[in-house]
Amino acid sequence: MTSRLLLPAALRRYAGDQAEVEISGGTLGAALDELAQRNPQLERKLRDERGELRPHVLLFVDGVSVRTGAAMETPVPDGAEVFVAPAVSGG
Amino acid sequence: MGLTVLLIGTRKGLLIARSTDDRKTWSTDDFQFMNQEVYSVAADLRRETPRILAGVGTGHWGPLLTYSDDLGNSWSEPAEPPIGFPAGTDAAVARVWQIQPSTAQEPDVVYAGVEPHALFRSEDGGKSFALVEGLWRHPHRSEWMPGGGGACLHTVLPHPTDPDDVLVVMSAAGVYRTRDGGETWSPANRGIQAAFLPEDRRFPEFGQCVHKVAFHPSRPDRLYAQNHFGVYRSDDRGDSWTAIESGLPSNFGFSLVMHPTRPETLYSFPLKADAERFPPDAKCRVYRTENAGVSWEPLSEGLPKDPYYAAVLRDSMVADASDPAGIYFGTRLGEVYASRDDGDSWTMIAKHLPDVLSVRVAQVA
Repeated sequence: MTSRLLLPAALRRYAGDQAEVEISGGTLGAALDELAQRNPQLERKLRDERGELRPHVLLFVDGVSVRTGAAMETPVPDGAEVFVAPAVSGG
Repeated sequence: MGLTVLLIGTRKGLLIARSTDDRKTWSTDDFQFMNQEVYSVAADLRRETPRILAGVGTGHWGPLLTYSDDLGNSWSEPAEPPIGFPAGTDAAVARVWQIQPSTAQEPDVVYAGVEPHALFRSEDGGKSFALVEGLWRHPHRSEWMPGGGGACLHTVLPHPTDPDDVLVVMSAAGVYRTRDGGETWSPANRGIQAAFLPEDRRFPEFGQCVHKVAFHPSRPDRLYAQNHFGVYRSDDRGDSWTAIESGLPSNFGFSLVMHPTRPETLYSFPLKADAERFPPDAKCRVYRTENAGVSWEPLSEGLPKDPYYAAVLRDSMVADASDPAGIYFGTRLGEVYASRDDGDSWTMIAKHLPDVLSVRVAQVA
């Protein structure tokens, strides 16, 4: 199963300047674990070394925030879009 | 004439100032890592090609430890994230507070102090780091408290001739020392007060908020400490400490910098108190001792005369290797001052920056 991880501009340099990368795995956690094997730089920007989503990173699987749902257990069906958004924060 | 590169880490980027005329004039138009905090920066001059390392907080995307082998013109980020806690520790690096190249004896060893309180060691020049497990397993660790800035290991001081002897300083845990290459660590805080504790507990074995420790490489057993209330000297590499505050307008502050060639000369930027983190009497002044802390004198020629309310943080003052020495400091007002005559007089070399978090200098032929 493959899905698409849609990247904001700040992360595209970790993906060969592409706006998206393919990911695969039945759940978000599995997909990011697999991404960590291929592209550890990019995966570490989304999760810390414990595998926890960074506090100011929002991920949406087909439009639904994983923070309000099943987090890393969120199903990522074939063809899904996983949208990466930096939460609005800072000063 | 050589090149002097001043690395100025700020809350929102790294300014690289360069001088090619013996530090008389500076170019200050190279600002990098836009909108990212640069809490730590280091110049590793032991290598054939000097290496600059930077601990960058990328905001949403976590901490980054990166390096440059062309004096900051370009940066490399290892394919594998260079620093992180190993599985099973249930910890994550929140910030890289200190990057410290070790001594000439071990030219590929670089240390990194991080938040939460931990020490990492690289044996490949800073491309990859491993947790120093001996300190992480220390039985005191569960009692170490965070300082105001966080639970940081902010200072690493390798002994200049004995690679097994390393000091670290943590807020608020104090000074710890290993003599066996990091396997075991002992607190080294005897005589340093913890003014924030109840009166009958103010000299604990550990738990002090020591802000900075410095020593001269020609005299590694003589240490100087700027504490959270207290300036101290140790003549036995931390076994005991005595106050050296006579002549200082206050005993609070963060920065403490050694002169490069005179082991009894050092510099401080005192602040009034923890609750008033401003220069005493709102006067922007560096203080210098030339007798190992027996007495101190204010230095203000060329510094602002108006009331001044900005602090200098623990890594925002540095000395270069020249004689007379260049002394540099950056403030939380985003100003950087430089002296090229041991601190006797000062010139502003940058202003209107984000608040300055770290300053280091590299002089190359």
